[in-house]
Amino acid sequence: MRTFICLALFFFGAVEAGRAAAETATVAVARNFEPALRTLAEQFQAETGHRLKISSGSTGKLYAQIVNGAPFDVFLAADQARPAALESTSLAVQDSRFTYALGRLVLWQPDGDRLNADALHESDLKTVSMANPDLAPYGAASQKLISDLTENNTFSARIVLGEDVGQAFAFVRTGNAEMGFVAKSQVLSLPLSEQGSFWEPNPTLYPPIYQDAILLNGGSENEAAIAFLAFLRQPGTQQRLRELGYNSP
Amino acid sequence: MIFEDLTALFLTIQLALVATMVLFLIGTPLAWWLAQSRSTLKPIVETIVALPLVLPPTVLGFYLLILFNPNAPLGGFWVQLTGETLTFSFAGLVVASILYSLPFMVQPLQTAFESNARQSMELAAMLRASPLDAFFNVAVPASVRGFITAGVLTFAHTLGEFGIVLMVGGNIPGETRVVSIAIYEHVETLRYGQAHALSLVLLAMAFVILLLVYRFNRRAAIHVG
Repeated sequence: MRTFICLALFFFGAVEAGRAAAETATVAVARNFEPALRTLAEQFQAETGHRLKISSGSTGKLYAQIVNGAPFDVFLAADQARPAALESTSLAVQDSRFTYALGRLVLWQPDGDRLNADALHESDLKTVSMANPDLAPYGAASQKLISDLTENNTFSARIVLGEDVGQAFAFVRTGNAEMGFVAKSQVLSLPLSEQGSFWEPNPTLYPPIYQDAILLNGGSENEAAIAFLAFLRQPGTQQRLRELGYNSP
Repeated sequence: MIFEDLTALFLTIQLALVATMVLFLIGTPLAWWLAQSRSTLKPIVETIVALPLVLPPTVLGFYLLILFNPNAPLGGFWVQLTGETLTFSFAGLVVASILYSLPFMVQPLQTAFESNARQSMELAAMLRASPLDAFFNVAVPASVRGFITAGVLTFAHTLGEFGIVLMVGGNIPGETRVVSIAIYEHVETLRYGQAHALSLVLLAMAFVILLLVYRFNRRAAIHVG
């Protein structure tokens, strides 16, 4: 048995050594950016040979996990506050933070037709989903928009909260909520025939969703993590992100 | 503990009580049938009852999202009946809890009926009691311990429900934001103080409830034995 374990360790060690040139980075990504990241990751992996492992959740949840020692190399948040908070501790690499995208919020209805803000005032509207404002920046933006556009106390009865913008999206997609505040990129990730109708409010109506990336301490010497952050800044990548439903910073 | 947390606590207890009541009504005849039956269907029904024990809550949650959808038959029927959707509502959580806690009600009842009730029922039948009469006056009193165990376990298990509620609840205060969800949110937003307070309450409740079951079962065993 012991011989077997030694052999196995030796074998895996050799395999790991062979891969040293191409590394793997674990990316903690805000849920809104997950579909876009998967698209980018394919291109990145093809170009560099590095690999990305993707772990997605609400920005707040990922932040809590990082604070508690989660083994991530890169954090792609949906806000600036949490990466900035990490930068001021020893958990992230100083001066590695930058804004990789500006999020675009839309009100989405899969079976809608020329949706606009008036839809929020229709009396037979039952449920509108949005992300939890405490956990997800898209939720905070949605809340600001809703409080400005509606009579808050009557409207709040119609709101259901997803843990993150991914769940807010899923509630609408499964037909359980009539419409929802989601990321434009989520809607654009669907086939055209399923995109339905969405209304994109003027970005001045909600606090801008600056989405910041930061290199975490665990990834400070990870070639794949460093290369990916550089890749994210490239004009070509930024152009691709505009097509996927984001604005460039 | 802040007001919102008390609301969540009260809502959770309310959900567990309602689910336990409904499960008594559904689970008793089902367990009775299972205890008596020699049908080939019996193992299939037993398997279905036990499924929530092994399936991840995400599987139940996913299917419920599909079933509760207002365009699906069940979801649509409910909307017509009440004007509200099953998802994001207290009623929906009751339905979810019934499925999720079904084995905790049926299995102890079935065991009790199988061990105590069958012989007494046969005796009662020989004494010409009607089946219904025999059930309520012989089988039920003989299975009191089974009823208490089943009720308490169902109640306690529903208190701890999390995964399904997370998937179909929508986190609405006073409607679907139960304690487990509130704790999760406190942890995720690093409000550890509030998470501690609620967790401690739930831990104490679960401990006391289970302690009562074990104490009661032992005393009853001594009494009977």
